[in-house]
Amino acid sequence: MESGNQIVEEPIIEVQGLLTKFDDHVIHENLDLSVKRGEVLGIVGGSGTGKSVLLRTILGLKSPDGGNIRVFGKDLEMLPEDERRAQERRWGVLFQEGALFSALTVAQNVQVAYREHLHMGQKLMDELAAVKIAMVGLRSGAADLFPSELSGGMKKRAGLARALALDPEILFLDEPTAGLDPIGAAAFDELITDLAHTLGLTVVMVTHDLDTLYATCDRIAVLAERRVILIGTIDDMLQSEHPWIREYFHGPRARAAFAGK
Amino acid sequence: MAEASGAQGPSGQGAAASYAVIDRVGGFTFRPAGDWSVTPILAIDDDLRAFVAAKPVGESAVFDMSALIRLDTAGAWLIDRTVASLEAQGVKVSYEGLKEGHKILLDKVGEGGVPKPTVPERSSLYVEVVGRIGAAVVAMGLETLTFVEFLGHVLATIWRSIRHPSRFRLTPLVHHMEKAGFDALPLVCLLTFLIGAVIAQQGATQLRRFGADVFTVNLIAIIFLREVGILLTAIIVAGRSGSAFTAEIGSMKMREEIDAMRTLGLDPMDMLVVPRVLALLFTMPLLAFIGDIMGLIGGGVVAVMQLNMSPAVYIERLRAAADFWTFGVGLLKAPFMAIVIALVGCRAGLDVTGSAESVGTQTTSSVVRSIFLVIILDAIFAMFFTAVGI
Repeated sequence: MESGNQIVEEPIIEVQGLLTKFDDHVIHENLDLSVKRGEVLGIVGGSGTGKSVLLRTILGLKSPDGGNIRVFGKDLEMLPEDERRAQERRWGVLFQEGALFSALTVAQNVQVAYREHLHMGQKLMDELAAVKIAMVGLRSGAADLFPSELSGGMKKRAGLARALALDPEILFLDEPTAGLDPIGAAAFDELITDLAHTLGLTVVMVTHDLDTLYATCDRIAVLAERRVILIGTIDDMLQSEHPWIREYFHGPRARAAFAGK
Repeated sequence: MAEASGAQGPSGQGAAASYAVIDRVGGFTFRPAGDWSVTPILAIDDDLRAFVAAKPVGESAVFDMSALIRLDTAGAWLIDRTVASLEAQGVKVSYEGLKEGHKILLDKVGEGGVPKPTVPERSSLYVEVVGRIGAAVVAMGLETLTFVEFLGHVLATIWRSIRHPSRFRLTPLVHHMEKAGFDALPLVCLLTFLIGAVIAQQGATQLRRFGADVFTVNLIAIIFLREVGILLTAIIVAGRSGSAFTAEIGSMKMREEIDAMRTLGLDPMDMLVVPRVLALLFTMPLLAFIGDIMGLIGGGVVAVMQLNMSPAVYIERLRAAADFWTFGVGLLKAPFMAIVIALVGCRAGLDVTGSAESVGTQTTSSVVRSIFLVIILDAIFAMFFTAVGI
């Protein structure tokens, strides 16, 4: 795996003309999005613009009502079951609340993929789980705790360790810093940047956190009016004349976040 | 001189992991090659462990990484583990031909130090069994204590409501009487009717052998009025309303609504527990009464159809078989069972902690516990009534 953040001009995820609706309520219409290999992309948008729905659709948890989505150059909907499983092993997902399996300890949560997909021996599983747990910055004692015994920040880190178990190429994050205190959130931003760099990950995250956008994202995609209205760097955002983007990136909280950089 | 390779997939695409150990003056060169990512390395993990465990001789080792095509954290861990073990054996290790990306990974994996997989403590079966029994006994004792305390708390709250009627909540009381009492009617009626018919039918078949089938009526009257009517009603109410109490209060507890009530100066006892307890206290005897009647009707239908008894004769024989106390003994139990079911249901709801999972377990345990207690209570009453001779 090549490391470093060289951004190669070849889309790893490509969404074209996506249509998503719930009954008569149209969420996305003619939505295009392309994610480059090796970049960290933030998806922002007002409440109800379907950021999380977009993430779920890319992951295949919800089928698109129109258009197509290609990840690693393949349309998930068209793939036979076993290829689809193989594809799913090439990405990792951190859900908003961690979504750890409550009946398993942190270490067992990380080992699920090893056990189910690779039939790995217990000794190596224990070692690798310990490596991942250390990598996401949890102390080693946390390995034997159950999810109910963890704080919010620890749950997210444990969820991240599970998402990284198979060394995925793409990491999806749903509101990674929501519910964390500013210090915890900043530490998590740093962790994600560090891991993306070390492991050569492509990261796609949905976030509301302006600090996270500034600290970690190479590019930002803005969701509004049922599609991606703008995708680009922070500077592109700041120069945009679109009223919502102006309000978002020039509001008092944005100025405060930007002043810190 | 040692070599190992993982036979993984088609070769030539770097799809397999392998390594070679080449002797050198003063030590050896360790040469990993191919794809050292999580799947291929499974094939060489054991060989690598054996290689280190055999304590390779030499003062220094050179890790020549130039042939390595792909490395992920799992592969990096294998290399880091091997290096750490060699260093612990006193071998000096140096790298050669290390790519920048691989170095970052190795450093990252090494940061956590050598992880020690924790071994969970396992005590012997004997200690485990005795320990669990002890823990269960202690838990049961504590549960009894908290139940008694809760009963006292509820009684004190009811007493306060009587002295200050303005604190009393009429609307929720009526609401719960409708939900727990009135809405349970169809189910109670249907089940008691059916069980009454079944008992009559089975009883008639057995008693006919002795030519005593007219005593079927006595059987129905005694067994239904004294025991089955109330017990069946109590079990239905426990399953229907006791569980609903736990789930309602439990989900409020989970969403911090109960804490919100307290901060607004409202007592959850007044608002949630007392109306439910009183609602069951008032409706259970009525439900049990209707259950008794339906059971007798069910028995009567069988008697009329199977024993060719006219309805008038059936009623006449009923009056002869049962006096007031046969009926009174059954109904007397209703309020006590009502209180047990309501208290267990509310208490379990208040015991919910944070998670949705906890609402589920508390609801289950509330139903199990209240049915258990209802049956125990019934047995105690049976002994008591026998002792006092009614």
